[in-house]
This record gives sequence, C-alpha cells and structure tokens, in this order.
Amino acid sequence: MFGYYMDLALRSLRRSPVLTALMVLAIAVGIGASMTTLTVMHLLSGDPLPGRSQHIFYPQVDPTSRLNPHSQPYDMMDYHSAVDLWSAQRADRQALITVSALRLTAPTVHQPALMAQMLSTTSDFFPMFAVPFQYGNAWTAQDDARHARVAVISSDLNNKLFQGSDSVGRTLWLKDADVRIVGVLAPWRPSPQFYEVVGGRFSDGDTASFYGRPEDVFMPFFSSLEVNDGGFNPFTCWNAPDPGVKLQNSPCVWVALWVQLDSAAKVSGYRDYLASYAEQQKALGRFARADNTRMFDLMQWLDFNRVVPSDVRLQTWLAFAFLAICLFNTIGLLLAKFLRRAGEIGVRRALGASRAAVFAQCLVEAATIGLLGGLGGLLLTLLGLWLIRRQPVEYAELIHLDPSMFGLTFALAIAASLLAGVLPALRASRIAPALQLKTL
Amino acid sequence: MEIRPIFASLRKHRIPAILIVLEIALACAVLCNAVFMIGKRIGDIQIPNAIDERGLSVVVLNGTDPKLAASDIPRNIAALRTIAGVQSVGVTSTLPLSRNNWGWSFGLKSDSAMTDKNTFNVSLYFLGVGADQTLGLQLKQGRFFNADEYADSTLGGSALPSAHVVLVTESLAHQLWPDKAALGQSIYSKPYYYTVVGVVADVVRPQASIHSTQRSYASTFYPLQPDATLGYYLLRSAPHDRARIVRAAEQKLGEINPAAVAKGKTFDDIRGQYFADMSSMAWMLVLVCVVMLAVTAFGIVGLTSFWVAQRRRQIGIRRAVGASRGDILSYFRTENFLLTGMGVVLGMALAFGINIYLMHHYEMDRMPWYYLPASAVALWLLGQLAVLGPALRAAAVPPVVATRSV
Repeated sequence: MFGYYMDLALRSLRRSPVLTALMVLAIAVGIGASMTTLTVMHLLSGDPLPGRSQHIFYPQVDPTSRLNPHSQPYDMMDYHSAVDLWSAQRADRQALITVSALRLTAPTVHQPALMAQMLSTTSDFFPMFAVPFQYGNAWTAQDDARHARVAVISSDLNNKLFQGSDSVGRTLWLKDADVRIVGVLAPWRPSPQFYEVVGGRFSDGDTASFYGRPEDVFMPFFSSLEVNDGGFNPFTCWNAPDPGVKLQNSPCVWVALWVQLDSAAKVSGYRDYLASYAEQQKALGRFARADNTRMFDLMQWLDFNRVVPSDVRLQTWLAFAFLAICLFNTIGLLLAKFLRRAGEIGVRRALGASRAAVFAQCLVEAATIGLLGGLGGLLLTLLGLWLIRRQPVEYAELIHLDPSMFGLTFALAIAASLLAGVLPALRASRIAPALQLKTL
Repeated sequence: MEIRPIFASLRKHRIPAILIVLEIALACAVLCNAVFMIGKRIGDIQIPNAIDERGLSVVVLNGTDPKLAASDIPRNIAALRTIAGVQSVGVTSTLPLSRNNWGWSFGLKSDSAMTDKNTFNVSLYFLGVGADQTLGLQLKQGRFFNADEYADSTLGGSALPSAHVVLVTESLAHQLWPDKAALGQSIYSKPYYYTVVGVVADVVRPQASIHSTQRSYASTFYPLQPDATLGYYLLRSAPHDRARIVRAAEQKLGEINPAAVAKGKTFDDIRGQYFADMSSMAWMLVLVCVVMLAVTAFGIVGLTSFWVAQRRRQIGIRRAVGASRGDILSYFRTENFLLTGMGVVLGMALAFGINIYLMHHYEMDRMPWYYLPASAVALWLLGQLAVLGPALRAAAVPPVVATRSV
C-alpha cells in the first residue's frame, strides 16, 4: 500500500509543481534557519570538558580590606590569596592563571618580533584540562618551584615559527629573557576558552570574545612574573595602587585559581577550607569579610558569566519563530490542497477505502514534502554555517555541522512536515463521501 | 462592500483562515522586533565621535623599553613627521573604540575614594604633546593643556598622572555638573584630584556602551610627558593619503625600534573592527525579515489561489447574475484585508509581549509605539500585493463557467 500511496503522492505533487515547490521551499528555509542557529547554539553552549567538568571548580574569596559595596566576590583574586590557596595544595589538582602580552622573537628564525599572548599558569594546568601535546611535555612541579625559564607553545605558533617541526629544546626570547621550549601543543581549541572566562556579567551580552583562541605561550607562573615584570594588568582594584608598588602587593585582583576535586567529600572539604582561610585572613586584618567566599563548578561558572553571546541566543529564538511561520504556511497550503481534492477522496471512500487509508495517503504526501524540504534544509544549513564561518566573530572558526546535528536536521524536517500534514490529513479523512459524490 | 458573505465563507474554511491569521501575526511580531533591533544596531554603529576620524591613522608600538621612553618617543615623533603628507603627529595611551580601556572611578567631594558608592566610572586618555591637535579634539570651553602641564605630568609607575588638570567631554560635564559651569570644577579620587580646564565635544570611550550613549561619552583627557604607556602614535593627513602613510609609518617605526612590534591601521579600520559583529548581525536580521516576508507573501498567494480555483463556479454564478469584475476583485481583496487585519492586531499584541520579554532577558530597550502600526501597515500592503495576482485571475473567470458542470 505504501508504494501505491507514494505513487499517488508524487502524481499529486507533480500536478501542481509551483505549489509543491513553495511548500518544499518554506520547509527548507525554516529548517535551514533553525538548524543553523541551533548548531551554533549547540557548539557554543556545550561542555568544554565533557566528563570532567563536574570535577573542576573555581574558588573565589573577597580580599577587600574595606566592606565591599558589591555583594559578590570579585571574578579574580589578588596575588596573595591566590598563591596561598594554591600553595596549600588541598585539591587533587590546582592551577593559577593570569594572562599578559609580551614581545616574542625566536633567535635564528628570520621573522619580525611579535606581541604574543602569554598564559602564566602552573604545571597542573595541562593534565587538569586534558590539554593535548604534539611534542614534548608540560613542565613539572619542580619547574614551578625552581622558577624555571621554560615554556610550552601552541601549535599555531610552532607552525608560524618552526613550520610545524619538533621545536622542543629550542629557545625563545620572551621580552629580554631566554626561555627553553619544553612542549608543543597539538591543535587545541576549547569552546569557550573556559579557563579565563571572567567579567561576563559586565559585558552587556557581548561575550563573543570568550570564544577566542588559547594563548600562544604558556609559562610557569612565577618565572613568567619575573620575565614579564611590569607587563601584567589588573582586572580591577579596590583601592588606588600606590606608585611604584608591584602588582603582587597592590590592592588589585588579577589572578585566578582553578582546582580539581574528584569526590563530593573533597568538594565540601575544600569549601570548608576556603571558609577557614577567609576567617584566618580576617583575623589577620587583611580581609574585611570572611563570609564572602564562593566556589562554582565549571559549568556553573560559565552560566554565571552567561558565555553564550546574547546575539546567538536571540538568533535562535528568531529562527524558531521563523520555522513556526513556515509551518503555518505549509499546513495552510496542504489543507487547501487536500480539501480541494474532496471529490477524489469521496470517490475513494465510496469505493471502500477506510478513513485510516485516506489519512495514511495524505500523510505520505505530507511526509514526501517534508523529506524534500529536509534535503533542502540541510543544504541551506550548510550554506548558513558557511556564512557564519565567514563572519568577523571569534567563534566563526569553531562552527561546523556535527553528525548529531545532521541527524537532528532530518528528524526535525520529517517531524515538522508530519506535524504540518496531520491536521490536513485528518480533515481530509473526515470528508463525507455522499456529499462529495452528489456534487460530482 | 458587503462583508457578511466573506465571513460566511471564511467560517467554512475556518482552519486555513486561522492558520493564515496566525502566520501573519507571527510575521508581524517578528518584523516589529527585528526592525527595531536593526535600527538600534545601525544607531550604535553610527555613534558620533568628535575627532577627525577621516584623517586619522595610528601605529601601535608595543614591547619598547619603558626606561628609554623619554628619549624614544620624541625621536619617533620626529621621524614620523618626515613622512610626506603627514600634517601632525601625536602620542596617546589609547583611542576611541580600540577596546583598550583604562577606567577609573572619581567622586565630586574632596575626600572621594575610588571605591566609594557615589563615584562615576570614566575612561582615561593620556595625551602627549600635540595629541589634542592630531586627534582633532574640538574645544567647546576653556583651553587645551599648555607646555608646562605636559612637561610636569608624570606617571612614575602609578595608575594616574601627577598633573592636576583634565579635559572632559560635553556629555560628561553636563552629567556631573548639570546646573553649573564645568570649568574650574574638580574630580577626586584620593590621593588624586584634577581640575577641569577645558570641555571638548563628545569623544567615545575605547569601549562604547550599548545601553546609553551618555555612558559611551564618559571620556577624560590628561597631559603626560613621554612615558611607556603612550604607545599609540597618531598621524593626521588628508584622507586619501592614509593607506600610504600607515604603511610608511609602520615601516619607519619598525626600523628605528628594532626590538619593538609596530602595527598600523587607519581609524576607519578600528571603527570597522569594533562594529564588525554588530553589522553582520544587522545584515542577518535584514535577511531574515526579507525571507520571512517572502514566505508569508507566497503563503497568501498559494492559499488565495486555491480558494479562487475552488470557487470558480461560485464566481461564475456571481458574474452571471450581475457582479462586475471589480466586485470579484474587491471581494478577494477585502477578504485578505480582514484576514491580515486580524493577523496584525494579534501580531501587535504579540510584538509588544516579545519586546517586554526581550527587555527582561536581553540587552534591549523598550520599542517605541510607532513600530507597531508601521509594521501593521507594511503587512497590510504586503497582503494586498500578494492577493492581487490570484484576485485578478478570479476576476477573469467568465460568467459562462456557471453554466458548465465541472
């Protein structure tokens, strides 16, 4: 029976090619728009560390020495708090983080100096965030302690300076210091660049910059402070820094700490530790408040910073309103089309076709349109993603059609057109045969 | 025109009629909000900025030795002056829309500290000698800095310069001292204080605010002797010389500062980059609106065509009993007018609701009321245009159809 219905459907579609094209196009455009935005949304709102993110935490304390007018702790920490918490080594893994820019040249490579972004961090960073290596390894905890002049570089920088060859052991000039390369990363592009997401709530929804590339140079935290002395900037300050005072001793926040805690007991243990640290600092007179500590897990922290740009979220809403318009359109057209064939359906019913048979026949026709629309929608989705990849936004190069979204496109197309077909088919199947035969 | 028969016929086709009404309602709601967003973005992109944008180029010099700034900067400026076509050269710490923002909070009382509640956040522009002229700042009141103020003002590793003079923008002056002259007033942030010596036309901050233009103009200017923070070398020239001058200046600064990194661009590039994602979003919204309207129009065409085909006999009968072509034409047009009318009434309510939702959940302002009737009229026109083809075909049905069976 299905083959026969299929045949009928194709005949009916061929009989009014313009209308068929219109319906297919409407579904295709609706599917294309909603799948494009859904794919972007999916790629930008995903978990950057699947399977591990629930163990990664972002501790915060309030280091202000006067009562903080803002009720929340700052998004970063001052040097002393961050280093105290890091040195205590109470978590399974812990990494300090701060970012700066500095001049970089590679001796023996004939290329002009460039300003590189440098991530100052500690050795746990690489295993904690599962950062992949192409050559060499991360530096060790001893390197952190010895203030070793070593660095890990990105694969982009390695391609640029050394044409992708194994550059472990070679030397870079960072500002005025000789630094030895100990590791080269494999291409690594977390989405978002989660480990340095801060200040999202002050960005008015313009958060595309959270999806930028990781830094080109990674250096042990303490040795990088020596190498790029004076090159670091505070995130914000709670008092005017005195002239000539190093950033390390200034009333400013500029260092972040990430910790890995593998069990619920350790999480609550670390929360207690954070509270007791704040208590102790208050007793020492350094903190004004001991109760203003907080520890989000990674995904909570990303949510708190509302990392998905509001433009992207708006586009998703828009696309689904658009899909709804296209669906209404198709339902209306299908309904008109089926009802126009009332006479034909009346004859079939009179000759013994059941309601279910008429319903099935109409649904097959609707599904055929849906399938064609889905194919068109897939092509339009590819076009849409291609357009987004060409946009001047940081996340452009992250955008691609992944298999799950590919499947979803088709499921959505068929579901949409079946949905659009059910009501018209139902109406068509209820046509009273006698009335129609009389008018023939 | 009798509209009762139209209602009678619509009642018979209740579901298609409801669907088309819903489609128009949704289209109206989306159109209102999308056009409003497009307008807002175009407004943001074109934010006025009282410097000589058309003639300004910049080379950013990074990685210099801070200890040599006092001798390097005058030497660099002198070298840039020798480039043909350069009218003036100056150094600053940052530029409008460069995203390189150095902000500070000041109060109006002499004991204000930066963490006090009633302080206001401003962006700091440090100017080297000649930067005021190179930027093309427009003085509205008072004066620019004099040579002594430039020479005596140092940073010495602190956050703010040791001078005690400041230039503020007109908007900021009006916001801080709404009912008195800004000249001679002071802003404080213990232990620093600055007295306003001049008011300039509105210059945008390095990071504009999408919420309020007033906040976007909270810019302040301070004199500074040659210092490492002055890394933006500004060059002013005739607009058509800029491309050549940027290249020449980048090369020259690179040559005399071999250890540093020089990167040049025109101010138009800076503005373009700043608003790039905003303008691409605006274009996307335009595309969505156009396609959505096209889909809606084709939906109306398709549905009306069917109704026309379905009613050929009735139309023939009406024609046979005396209806003119005009009557048939106006029947379908009125029908469409009523459907669209119901759609836009629903759509305007929906548009208003969506706007309220977006105001709460996204960075959106209240939509001015006239967007609602405007998009209603647009959809009405679209409906009339879409129905014209099928309606003309209906009007062309000859009366003789009535006498034929099927």
